[in-house]
Amino acid sequence: MAIFQVPNIKIAGISACVPEKVFHNKNYDRISEKERETLIKTIGVKSKRHVNTGTTTSDLCYVSANKLIEDLKWERNEIDLLVFVSQSRDYIIPATAGLLQERLSLSKSCIAFDVSLGCSGYVYGLSIIGSMMATGMINKGLLLTGDISTLNTSYNDKSAFPLFGDAGSATAIVRDEKVPPMKFNLQTDGSGYDAIIIPDGGIRNFANKDTSFEYKEVSEGISRNNFNINLDGIKVFNFSLREVKPNVLKLLSEYNIDKDEIDYWIFHQANLLMNETIRKQLKLDPESVPYSLKEFGNTSSASIPLTIVTQLAEKVNNSKLNMAFSGFGVGLSWGTVVLEIDNIVCPRLLNHKD
Amino acid sequence: MNIIDFISKIEEEFDDLQPNTLAAEDVLKEKFTWDSINALIFLAHVNVEYDVEITAEELIKSVTVQDLYDLVKSKVENKA
Repeated sequence: MAIFQVPNIKIAGISACVPEKVFHNKNYDRISEKERETLIKTIGVKSKRHVNTGTTTSDLCYVSANKLIEDLKWERNEIDLLVFVSQSRDYIIPATAGLLQERLSLSKSCIAFDVSLGCSGYVYGLSIIGSMMATGMINKGLLLTGDISTLNTSYNDKSAFPLFGDAGSATAIVRDEKVPPMKFNLQTDGSGYDAIIIPDGGIRNFANKDTSFEYKEVSEGISRNNFNINLDGIKVFNFSLREVKPNVLKLLSEYNIDKDEIDYWIFHQANLLMNETIRKQLKLDPESVPYSLKEFGNTSSASIPLTIVTQLAEKVNNSKLNMAFSGFGVGLSWGTVVLEIDNIVCPRLLNHKD
Repeated sequence: MNIIDFISKIEEEFDDLQPNTLAAEDVLKEKFTWDSINALIFLAHVNVEYDVEITAEELIKSVTVQDLYDLVKSKVENKA
């Protein structure tokens, strides 16, 4: 079982960046006004940010990382590790992490690579960086996470279009021998690989000029092509309601952590109905479960850092808190981490002009 | 569980349903908007209330309120 601790590392800072353009779901004209009201209330997304074509996830992560490095007063040549977690890379090849290493003026002795994960990506990313740094040879690392999901979602897909927003984030991680270990429980179920999928453009279904672009009506109000995100809402919904709670409870019991010891629970911002159901399953106090969904939608692997930056900046900036982060979705992949957040640098939300 | 409680909880859950308006023999589609969003609200409701999981296929087969009740009840009984 992938339940483990990573000692001697801590988060030094978190930043996030969103594009300036705002899309209001009340203007989503593919469904009736009444349907829009129910939708906004149920998924909890009033508005979200959209990039214009040409802006990438790495652009948003670059802005986030640059500001964070400045605020932390880090020397760029001391950063030995950069992990870019995203499913909206700049190019099919090469990995985007290299482009970010160059753009951020990091040294050539820096390890840089991509990890292809979405909703669970922030928690996985922390475990990867943490494990590599725990060996003791690397002192400073950057975790860059996020996705552009609006460019590859069909406007004529009412099950997906109103849900997603774009965002990028940066998290600075340092070695510190005095902090309690981060505790992880990570899981996978690849049998649900097609619950959230962009079917074409990879090697399995090579891009085809006829079939890849062809829009198909899957059901009423859902029309999309094979380059679009194809979402099976009910499958993802049932998966999340089935798996997140036992994953969290198993982690807590393994390390004898009482639920009440956790000051804040930051869940991947999937949609309000799903997140609130999970919150009720776990019997968590609403005060301890912040949301950024309302103004930013589901921002994939950026949703946990974005929620911290927009909802908890002041708290994480001047107090010591126990937190749990839990991500779940595409893969299917899910995981939870319990960690201490102690007076971290958390710049105000950054905006990107396309 | 019994059907009276089951129905009154559904009436509470959906905005477009008034209390004491739904009957066991009612056809779901005729009584309220039985669309994908409301289907998700229903899935979430039975998950929290009865700790059971229902698939899309099972939901599509349910035509009346009684069908939904029988479906949830069978799941609860299978679990025990």
